[in-house]
Amino acid sequence: MTNDTAPSPAFARPHLLGIEDLSAAEIASLLDTADGFVEQNRRPDKKSAQLRGRTVINLFFENSTRTRTSFELAAKRLGADTINMSVSSSSIKKGETLIDTAMTLNAMQPDVLVVRHADSGAVKLLSEKVKSAVINAGDGSHEHPTQALLDALTIRRRKGRLHGLTVAICGDVLHSRVARSNIYLLNIMGARVRIVAPPTLVPSEIERLGVEVHHDMRNGLRDADIVMMLRLQNERMNGSYVPSVREYFHFYGLTYEKLSVASPDALIMHPGPMNRGVEIDSEVADDINRSVILEQVELGVAVRMACLDLLMRPRAGAETGADR
Amino acid sequence: MSSIQDARRIAYVNARLLDPATGLDAPGALLTEGETIADVGPRLFADAPPADAIVVDCRGECLAPGLVDMRVQIGEPGCEHKETIQTAGLAAAAGGVTSLACLPNTDPPIDSEAGIEFVARRAREAKLVKIYPYACVTRGAEGRDLAELGLLSEAGAVAFTDGSRAIADALVMRRALSYASAFGLMIVQHPEEPRLAAGGVMNAGEVATRLGLPAIPAVAEVMMIERDLRLVELTGARYHVAHVTTGAALDVIRRAKASGLPVTCDTAPPYFALTEVDVGDYRTFARLSPPLRGEMDRRAVVDAIADGTIDVIASDHHPHDQDSKRLPFAVAEPGAVGLETLLPLALELYHKGRIGLLDLLAKMTLRPAELLGIPAGRLAKGAPADIVQFDPDVPWQIDVGSFRSKSKNSPFDRRPVMGRVTRTVVDGRTVYERG
Repeated sequence: MTNDTAPSPAFARPHLLGIEDLSAAEIASLLDTADGFVEQNRRPDKKSAQLRGRTVINLFFENSTRTRTSFELAAKRLGADTINMSVSSSSIKKGETLIDTAMTLNAMQPDVLVVRHADSGAVKLLSEKVKSAVINAGDGSHEHPTQALLDALTIRRRKGRLHGLTVAICGDVLHSRVARSNIYLLNIMGARVRIVAPPTLVPSEIERLGVEVHHDMRNGLRDADIVMMLRLQNERMNGSYVPSVREYFHFYGLTYEKLSVASPDALIMHPGPMNRGVEIDSEVADDINRSVILEQVELGVAVRMACLDLLMRPRAGAETGADR
Repeated sequence: MSSIQDARRIAYVNARLLDPATGLDAPGALLTEGETIADVGPRLFADAPPADAIVVDCRGECLAPGLVDMRVQIGEPGCEHKETIQTAGLAAAAGGVTSLACLPNTDPPIDSEAGIEFVARRAREAKLVKIYPYACVTRGAEGRDLAELGLLSEAGAVAFTDGSRAIADALVMRRALSYASAFGLMIVQHPEEPRLAAGGVMNAGEVATRLGLPAIPAVAEVMMIERDLRLVELTGARYHVAHVTTGAALDVIRRAKASGLPVTCDTAPPYFALTEVDVGDYRTFARLSPPLRGEMDRRAVVDAIADGTIDVIASDHHPHDQDSKRLPFAVAEPGAVGLETLLPLALELYHKGRIGLLDLLAKMTLRPAELLGIPAGRLAKGAPADIVQFDPDVPWQIDVGSFRSKSKNSPFDRRPVMGRVTRTVVDGRTVYERG
């Protein structure tokens, strides 16, 4: 599925921290590898021994059930040992810094750290202090690379391509790491990206990232091949960024009526968890012909397996970080 | 005070004398006697220096008034692990700074005569450079009730500011300016509308958007200044804007000056030497308040230094230990040390031909001394013997490892610069000599 003719698609990076500086070939290689794992995940026996003996630590400084579970399954299906560490904000308040935590875990010789943190840049900071590979599972409003990859895999399997598609990303772009990673990935792969949101939820100069900005769903969704909805956090709904849930849903909630201007076979996506009746109407979310939301969840495991697999492969010319 | 040493005569010969006050830029010599300059001039010691004087050969290097740095955060009292009056003095001396004004954002804040006296005593004990305290405009720098401006001024406060906090309340600002005007006191504002900047950690724009960091729009600066200027019109008080960083703010200040308002301003090297792009991949040493701006604003700052809109270049020295900076960008403390890099970074503007050497030096000597009303910034007979000797052309590389400051949080580490301090003299005593 890729134009890259290199025999063994290697991922010549020690970590996966973001999409922004990946090349199209690297992204294609991740997606191709993930494609290969989809079948494995549908078999009765889902487990391989590829990463037997390797240790994966899921280090979550911010609550997440879905992403953590997805990473945990991915690691287990490849035969790795995995443990979950939720670092509550209270132990941070006790004075242990992010770097202390990183050094402590580093001493336990993990092979991969999967890290989520509420602050932008925190995962990169941590990656500088450890010998293991680090996968960014979401840092602040910065990046969530595996989400963008699983979105891309979902689109590619449904549409056969990414190039030339029109993708509308709707909702709270200002605070969204999912939006940023998707904007980078879709641009790198040659899709056209629009964002649709009220001005209070659009970060400044976002158009420089290669997007068209719309404030009206009717224009933003016109002829779109993909409609990606973003979650609006509770604390941002009532009077701070938007006046009310009612008003937000009226203008920016995805309904069949608003969807009518999109391409007739447009796919509906959402990174979850959904706020039904806030950013998306239940009927639309559950439409088995158009909504691929559960498929995204399924492919998420395959994408995370691909990330673990590629990061653990020995890299030509690089030190075998995992053996140190 | 008078010791045998104090009566010593020291002749600095073979120097390039630079005095912004008189426009002097010529080869010559300078004689100090005890704590004062006894004589200075191009033809001094044309034959030979006096036999009883110690002779210092300046080898043709520049001899200028010691730098006056009007914006320095020290850390004592309350943050001695970041900087003490002693270490700030060492850093200042190494940077050619002979007088500095320290901000009152200490713990406790300097809003009482006792605080002023504490700083004065510690500075006397350190006996390095001259330290002049600002005092808070409002009690505890909390922005509500006026501090005892008149009494604090009598106790030695050179001017008033809430330091790194803006005086946000318009009524409080009006009363502060109004009251200060009766005593001729200067109010120094941190120009940022705090509600508009709330939660923000860097300049709004493409870089902040890419990094996913909460941003502060550049207009948060100009709107605070515009409001204040209305109040200056109303009260006639002396108003100084600290660390101006945007073209829009400088345009407003330029117009206010043209219309005769008693307004002055300063900026600091990061704002003409760096931009938001230098934040790079979350470099917390580039997290400053106000934040680094875009390239157009940086150029506007350079233009305003050249055309005189910006009166003063200050270091905006703000020390932080590792624990305050080795953090995710948004939770790291803002600020950078600057005492030891003020001169070479300012000299970049001279080397690029944007400003003459004397005009540049005036912004770090004569002008801040005038604004603070302190006896400094001149090479004149009878003036305090506060002098810096430097070679403006020697190339070197900034190395935070060699800093005297207790904190090393500089965004300029490894930067190649030109111009270095050779010797710093305070009250006739050499407090720094490059070995």
